[in-house]
Amino acid sequence: MTKRLLKLTVNGRAREDAVADHALLVDYLRDVTGLTGTKQGCDGGECGACTVLVDGVPRLSCITLAVSVAGRSVETIENLAQGGRMSRLQQAFHEKLGTQCGFCTPGMIMAAEGLLRRDSTPSEAAIREALGGNLCRCTGYVKIIESVQCACAETTNG
Amino acid sequence: MDTRVKSTPLTALPERSVGQATPLIDGIEKVTGRAHYTADLPAGDALVGMILRSPVAHGVIRGIDTSRARALPGVRAVITGDDFAAPYGVIPIAQNEWPLARERVRYRGEPVAAVAAVDHAAAEAALAAIVLDIEPLPAYFSAADARAEGAVLLHDNKPGNVERDVDQTFGDVDGGFAAADVVREQTFHYAEVAHGQIELNCALATWEPERARLTSRSTTQVPYYLHLTLAQCLGLDGAQVRVVKPFVGGGFGHRVEPLNFEMITGALARAAGGTVRTEQSREDSFLTHRGRPETDIRLKLGLKRSGEITAVDCEIVQRGGAYGGYGLVTILYAGALLHALYRVRAVRYRGFRIYTNTPPCGAMRGHGAVDARHAFEALLDAMAAELGVDPFALRRANLIAPPYRTLNDLQVNSYGIPQCLDHVERASGWRERHGRMPRGRGLGMACSHYVSGSAKPVHWSGEPHAVVNLKLDFDGGITLLTGASDIGQGSSTLLAQVAAEVLLLPLARIRVVAADSALTPKDNGSYSSRVSFMVGNAALRAAQALLEVLVAAAAKRLNVTVDDIEWLGEGCRVKGADRGLDFASVVSAALADSGTLTVKGTWSTPPETQGGKFRGAAVGSTAGFSYAAQVVEVAVDEDTGQVSIERVWVAHDCGFAINPLAVTGQVQGGVWMGMGQALQEETQYHEGLALRPNFLDYRIPTIAESPPIDVHLVETRDPLGPFGAKEASEGALHGFPPALSNAIANAIGIRLTELPATPDRVLDAIVEKRRAERLAARTRRS
Repeated sequence: MTKRLLKLTVNGRAREDAVADHALLVDYLRDVTGLTGTKQGCDGGECGACTVLVDGVPRLSCITLAVSVAGRSVETIENLAQGGRMSRLQQAFHEKLGTQCGFCTPGMIMAAEGLLRRDSTPSEAAIREALGGNLCRCTGYVKIIESVQCACAETTNG
Repeated sequence: MDTRVKSTPLTALPERSVGQATPLIDGIEKVTGRAHYTADLPAGDALVGMILRSPVAHGVIRGIDTSRARALPGVRAVITGDDFAAPYGVIPIAQNEWPLARERVRYRGEPVAAVAAVDHAAAEAALAAIVLDIEPLPAYFSAADARAEGAVLLHDNKPGNVERDVDQTFGDVDGGFAAADVVREQTFHYAEVAHGQIELNCALATWEPERARLTSRSTTQVPYYLHLTLAQCLGLDGAQVRVVKPFVGGGFGHRVEPLNFEMITGALARAAGGTVRTEQSREDSFLTHRGRPETDIRLKLGLKRSGEITAVDCEIVQRGGAYGGYGLVTILYAGALLHALYRVRAVRYRGFRIYTNTPPCGAMRGHGAVDARHAFEALLDAMAAELGVDPFALRRANLIAPPYRTLNDLQVNSYGIPQCLDHVERASGWRERHGRMPRGRGLGMACSHYVSGSAKPVHWSGEPHAVVNLKLDFDGGITLLTGASDIGQGSSTLLAQVAAEVLLLPLARIRVVAADSALTPKDNGSYSSRVSFMVGNAALRAAQALLEVLVAAAAKRLNVTVDDIEWLGEGCRVKGADRGLDFASVVSAALADSGTLTVKGTWSTPPETQGGKFRGAAVGSTAGFSYAAQVVEVAVDEDTGQVSIERVWVAHDCGFAINPLAVTGQVQGGVWMGMGQALQEETQYHEGLALRPNFLDYRIPTIAESPPIDVHLVETRDPLGPFGAKEASEGALHGFPPALSNAIANAIGIRLTELPATPDRVLDAIVEKRRAERLAARTRRS
């Protein structure tokens, strides 16, 4: 098992860690950096719970090799609340019950965050497309769509 | 002593909590990633637990050689079935499963050995070094094969591989059919489905060798059953065990039984003398299973021309899998809830729960009754069409007037189906649109119901069904202590709302500490939608007890009688006078005599709600039934067989919505789960090998194809429910599958008798119908 030094930015902090070549990004985040907000809900690429942003673009961290994001900027759910304030998406998912058991929620919010960064007023169809790889077993998705729409409305108004 | 008003203006309106849309009190942790699920718990140098599974579906274990595995570097424990003291099973009379198989394996994927090692690689190497010697036996993958003459018995005490044979008759069935104007009989087939909770299974167990104590943290819905089972399987006294439930990422019934990996992890921790974490894969979840069984139903109904149901005759066969689990309850539920939402005059029910060499089935949301509901509502719909009676009118011809005792001795105290029917008929535009839509579009409807907790718990001990403690201390904070397991449904929020409402206090004053056997009172767990009703009632009574103490203390301090006190939540005053106390002063008055206060509230189901006297009568009994009606609109592509759900209108009688936000979310989630089962979800096995143990082949609906679900809440204020509340998570699920197939019938004239309605099944039915039509035309010509 060879290891190499991985240099990258995680949630705005520069890091250098020795990482095995075959280590997955999700395991690096959870086991090495201790950021357990990113979840694993399947055996690889099936459920979307592990979605993080790599240079602002949603990526499934459970099928991404950690060493492949060297030099890049990785953001996890822990990065969205800043200065003691939840992000608009977090606030909306909380208030509109876009989360029930909460296990898919970090991945769902990060996928939605990726969408809103490239389209601040997405149509319902665009929301459905952007979250199409994120499974939720609790909500039937109705309140997830409402949550994203609510966050957009606040962005527009605010 | 200054008894004038201090900080709190006593004229302010007291807080209201119930009936208010309330975000989850643990929602912030979930949206920020701060919520710790079992796999997230810090565990320092925990060993890695791994499980070896049987490659054989049915066989005699001749030997398990673990010597090489034990000798490998980094391996701290290797265990087999011999390391357990007793078998387990959630039903006390059907405990025939060992955490690791002993003597025989009965399904492919059954755990046979387990290891704990310093890391993943060492654990994998150890599993690979274990040598299994299993002599194969004939294996049965369908109920019919397992029941066949001469089949080898999976369990020696169950002839014919029949785990439970139910035979119940209520009323004069033959007379009922004789009195009917129309009698029709139909067979149905339903695929096996799985819960698909998104969180993977995980257990973290610590054994303290010096104290001989076990602490278990795991993905459980029923910490109390797990506690009992850990003690039993490991041969421990209950007091040596502590069970803690962290955040749990959904359950839907998968976790209402203690599961093998939980006992295995406990045993590994003891064998290794430390902490072991066992993280399971998605494939493991499917093999652990406990889902809804593959089911065959033969149903015969008799109807008067008016639509009145005169008789019901039903036979249900469930492929139960290899072990008992909840099986006998499942087959009883199927019969108990088949007809009990209507006024029915005579019923015969035969049920067979069959042991097969497939992963064990168990309880899944809508336990036992979902497939039966489909058969009943689908046949009613077909007969309504034949009689020329509108499907809504047919249901209205069979309504109950509460209070009512069903044929099978279930007590109905509130009944919202009439209001539910009225709403969805209007909201869906049924009268204007049904039968007038373009070809390929259709509307279908169905009714459903479910229990608000089983009136008799699985482990009948005579204790109250629910206990809640409230602790009030010097800081003025109230801690609500409950064993109830919040698994995402919002039970902790609901309990805080109930207590806050009684005390007229802001929700922020209540903290909930839940599901830690060292701290919280025992609770039977989150199953059969019991928590809102039962634990809600206990919380209500605990809060009333605390209120009584506070009012008495205030009266004493103010030198008046308790009847003179007007309670305002954050304070109180003497009626008609300008004297009072703020909350802090009431607390100090109350604590002055007794110190830290702990009060208790308990609740039990009244005897008249606990069912009749016949065998199996307890199953289906409840203190309050929820009811629902729904309309589903579909579009069917007749070239591809693809069915799309355009919209769902559902009305649910939840008694009273303590948290309308959560109730709506539960109803939407339940209906949607019914949609997944009806449209596309199914497990599949080849010679016992699971072919779809992942989310690519087991197709849970994505956001892309999930429809809008319009929810209307009907509030019938049940006389026994807390503030009138009843179940809200399971009842509406049952109605979706029949409403779907009734809508398909309305769209393209085909009545599906097999679910899920996948494109291949729908297309086959279309082709078959066209062939039959051509044949009929040819016959007419010749």
